[in-house]
Amino acid sequence: MTLIDLANPSKFLALTARVLPWLAGATAILLLVGLYQAAVAPDDYQQGATVKIMFIHVPNAWLSMFVWGVMSIAALGTLVWRHPLADVAAKAAAPIGAAFTFLALVTGSLWGRPMWGTYWEWDARLTSVLILFLMYLGLMALWRAVEDPSRAARAAAVLTLVGAINLPIIKFSVDWWNTLHQPASVMRMGGPSLDNAFLIPLLVMAVGFSLLFMTLHLAAMRNEILRRRVRSLQMMQASQQAA
Amino acid sequence: MTALAALIRRDIKIALRVGGGALIGVLFFLTVTVLMPFAIGPDLPLLARLGPAILWLGALLASLLTLDRLFTADHEDGSLDLIVMGQTPLELACAAKALAHWLAAGVPLIAATPVLGLLLNLDTAATSAVALTLLVGTPALTFTGMIGAALAVTLHRGGLLLAVLVLPLSIPVLIFGVAASQAAITGPLSFGTPFSILCALSLVSFVVGPFAAAASLRHGLD
Repeated sequence: MTLIDLANPSKFLALTARVLPWLAGATAILLLVGLYQAAVAPDDYQQGATVKIMFIHVPNAWLSMFVWGVMSIAALGTLVWRHPLADVAAKAAAPIGAAFTFLALVTGSLWGRPMWGTYWEWDARLTSVLILFLMYLGLMALWRAVEDPSRAARAAAVLTLVGAINLPIIKFSVDWWNTLHQPASVMRMGGPSLDNAFLIPLLVMAVGFSLLFMTLHLAAMRNEILRRRVRSLQMMQASQQAA
Repeated sequence: MTALAALIRRDIKIALRVGGGALIGVLFFLTVTVLMPFAIGPDLPLLARLGPAILWLGALLASLLTLDRLFTADHEDGSLDLIVMGQTPLELACAAKALAHWLAAGVPLIAATPVLGLLLNLDTAATSAVALTLLVGTPALTFTGMIGAALAVTLHRGGLLLAVLVLPLSIPVLIFGVAASQAAITGPLSFGTPFSILCALSLVSFVVGPFAAAASLRHGLD
């Protein structure tokens, strides 16, 4: 089974129908284990119980960038290899990535309230994630602006790749802007090293959230394929009635 | 080469003549800058402090507004199809069109900066710093904005969608443009560092913009 075999939507649907329950089960187990470990993890000596927000926040923030990477590969698949499922993958990933980014922002904001004393700080990392969120929304707006999916797919692919080039530049400029405007007013998370008591649950949660993304992504791709089939059937019916 | 020169000449001529709309950008720039004191208050020291930021925002919005015209008019009368099918590489043709657009719509913005600086109580050094940063920064706005314009014309959607797609991409230019102007006026950083990065952003956009715009035109127009 290679990537080319999956170009046939029916084969893709058959394969994912078999894989999805296992993937969903593994996701549920890992997330439950991770949540349990996070719940019994000791409180931080400075941050108290609020440090537990990290176990949700960090995986979400990580996935917010990972999903753009997945979409960039799918965009290459659309433009270079013309893989028939690439645009389905790209379209299905955008709302999920936006949701992860939104959750990263919300959990970060809730974490910031007790830690920094404010819900929002124009911190470099927060600002670049907010811009990433805006770009996800722009991409979704582009998908929704056009009815013909293949035409929208190519436009979205170009925008995704331009975004992939620009996101590091934006990140760098925001870092610069931040150091220029407000030097080190924000407390940083306790040093570069993380104790194993925090690290292990964090890694479990990160893997769990990644599997959650895969599950949601495959399910969304199935839905998109089925949605397109329904649409073409409706079009056929409409043209038959007109004739 | 002659084809590209002809393309640039033609685009500038069309932009400057009746119905071209390049100079409306300057009018918009002027209006936005005049609106600012009404929102902030006629406080001259405050206006002088915010001046570079106001001018940069005004120039950014003005160049965004005129970008809509970059491909739509050519698409409507069919000449864009000729450019796409022509012998000149589409990437070069896109770069030529963006250059012409910058000459017709971007340069007038920079020329208007001294007058607007006067209205915002900026001294000569500050005004020339803003004008210089705009001179090297606005090409980046045009060349990255061209990607959005190309996407918009292939999708037959302009206006707000273009703005939503292009504005996040122009954040680095805004940051370094304002940072360089502020560095020249108040310090404490040196002017050279953000200014060189601004130049680098423009150079990167010269490479990325035409390729991305040409890709979306080639894949989108059919």
